[in-house]
Amino acid sequence: MDSHQPLSDAQAGTATADREMIRFDKVVKRFGDNVVLNELDFTVSPGEFVTLIGPSGSGKTTILRLLMTLEKVDGGTIQVDGEYLSHMERGGKLVPADEKHLRKVRRHIGMVFQQFNLFPNMKVLQNITEAPMRVLGKSRAEAEERGRELLEMVGLSEKVDAHPSQLSGGQQQRVAIARALAMEPDVLLLDEVTSALDPELVAGVLAVLKDIATSTEITFLCVTHEMQFAKDVSDRVIMFDHGQVVEEAVPEKLFTSPEHERTREFLHAVIDREV
Amino acid sequence: MFDQIGLIFSTLVRGLPVTIAATLGGIALTVVLSFVAGLALLAPSRTVRFLSRVYVEGFRGTSEMVQLFWIYFVLPVLVGFELVPLFAGILVLGLNHGAYGAEIVRGAVQSVPKAQYEGAIALSLSPAQRMLRVILPQAVVEMLPSFNNLFIQLLKSTALLYFISAEELTERGQLLAPSLPIAQLVPIYVIELLFYLLLAVLITVGMRALERVGARRLGRRAPRRRSTPPVTAGGV
Repeated sequence: MDSHQPLSDAQAGTATADREMIRFDKVVKRFGDNVVLNELDFTVSPGEFVTLIGPSGSGKTTILRLLMTLEKVDGGTIQVDGEYLSHMERGGKLVPADEKHLRKVRRHIGMVFQQFNLFPNMKVLQNITEAPMRVLGKSRAEAEERGRELLEMVGLSEKVDAHPSQLSGGQQQRVAIARALAMEPDVLLLDEVTSALDPELVAGVLAVLKDIATSTEITFLCVTHEMQFAKDVSDRVIMFDHGQVVEEAVPEKLFTSPEHERTREFLHAVIDREV
Repeated sequence: MFDQIGLIFSTLVRGLPVTIAATLGGIALTVVLSFVAGLALLAPSRTVRFLSRVYVEGFRGTSEMVQLFWIYFVLPVLVGFELVPLFAGILVLGLNHGAYGAEIVRGAVQSVPKAQYEGAIALSLSPAQRMLRVILPQAVVEMLPSFNNLFIQLLKSTALLYFISAEELTERGQLLAPSLPIAQLVPIYVIELLFYLLLAVLITVGMRALERVGARRLGRRAPRRRSTPPVTAGGV
């Protein structure tokens, strides 16, 4: 943990072809005796849409939670746009990040959760404007204007003054997407965002996401069981098992002619279930 | 007979202002201490948690009446500074019920789902913003029924102020009793109880109103005022 290049050098690099938006370097994560991620390495380029697939317990959601700083790494390092996420530099050495550093790096990252996690004590528009006003320092007028734009984009203009509890799951999730976008993230993490929805509401949410993915520069890291969606929007699909990358490829290749037996088994199981 | 009821009533009524003042003052101090100590019980610092725990266990685990005697009788001897009975009473009522209230606050804050913290972290809200803007507004609604109980207990505890001659409701009754025939004990204590009951009902009415406001803020259906009997089809 001492041979890493200083933070400033990495930041100084301008956007080049091989610039990395996300870099996992020998990341280890344990829950008790259970090793979820075992020296995991992988990178994501700016603007890329990467989908993580694999059986439950393979560490996909843990990867997102580590990026959102909801969990701490037990070994290795994570960088987002050249900045250390769970560590910071002090006196030429990497030390675990303090709350101040976490808050700084967190701003680049947004997350949409399986259970939406909207704030019930705020109406729909306030859910979206709260953080831009308090964290980004936007004026109320500015934040509300942007909030209304985003609600229109997700097709919920008429729900500005609704309580989250008055919305369907699909509508709540679209508000949650608008809320995450209001923070202008460089990276957006999607954690099984349609798993808690009734089947007839899934398509609306996925359509909104597809729209955003194709019309913005945001880098996406997505955990999903919606294989058709993954096929449609992903630039790259990574198959995980036991906290390790089994294989990765463009979706056309990975879904039609996977190289590993483990991937084939998994895809068979998932697709059988969907039919 | 009727004259004496009038005398009893008017004497007891004169005790009400002190009882009400002690209750309101005690409630105000209780609320402040509940939140300070309750949030301190959840503080990241071990020292802060420990100090808050000492306060909670100290005041919850000792006799309220002995606490009152300490503050009213012993403290002046130690520091040469005497409190007005009403203030001594408010201080003890607040300190004592604040210790219970701290646990209400701690429990309610902990009952807010972890997903709410995570949603707030994902939006880069600071720890203080998370607590003040997201967690507490939800937790406060959960606290209201428990605080309703606590405030009613505090109201009834104001009777302890009899022992330090604060001239509240119970004391008025005690002073009146010896001067009247023994048969008059019944109306004295009936009226006393009715006064306490009336005040308790007022507290409940106020707290239920707050519960309805809170439920509306969270977009929940307000708790029903009264359950309506089910409509049954067909005649009898």
